[in-house]
Amino acid sequence: MTFTPSHFTAVLLFATFASIVFGITQRSAPKAMFRYGAYCWVLFVFSVIAGSWIMYFIKH
Amino acid sequence: MATRVETGNTQVTTKPALFSVALIAGWLVPGLGHVIAKRPRRGAILFVTITLMFALGLLMQAKLYVADPSDLLEMLGFVGDLGSGLLYMVSRFADLGHGAVQVVTADYGTKFVVVAGLLNFIAAIDAHNLRIGRKL
Repeated sequence: MTFTPSHFTAVLLFATFASIVFGITQRSAPKAMFRYGAYCWVLFVFSVIAGSWIMYFIKH
Repeated sequence: MATRVETGNTQVTTKPALFSVALIAGWLVPGLGHVIAKRPRRGAILFVTITLMFALGLLMQAKLYVADPSDLLEMLGFVGDLGSGLLYMVSRFADLGHGAVQVVTADYGTKFVVVAGLLNFIAAIDAHNLRIGRKL
């Protein structure tokens, strides 16, 4: 059995897993954990999208 | 962080152990350190998250690094993989990893496995901090 996600699906999964762990380990209160996790997730995903567009414009 | 303990008329300053049970348990089994530190819900979430990340990495045909002192990059990958504790040891024992990266998803999977180990290091240290009272 294998799992072959697209690059973007892999990015979303990676961002989700890393953000959950960052949220739990870097904050103490549950609400702050959720907010920090969401903040990390947005940074992960949007930095990938921004980096992808930068590479697109470098090539074209 | 030193803690001061009063015993009768004398005060004894104690330093927390460098390696606590929560740290070692948290490294061996993701989330177990938090269960020992009396944070079972956090431990359960960490266990599911890190184990799922490791398992998905293996399903993406990840390469499992081995200790090779002659190759620095291989050693760095090995340290990252080893962070998953028993997950890595069992996977190596069961020969679940692939020897070489041949498809692009295997490259993603290799990174998933390494990062799952690194995240587990962070989780284990967090459990240690909870256990010794450095973090609430």
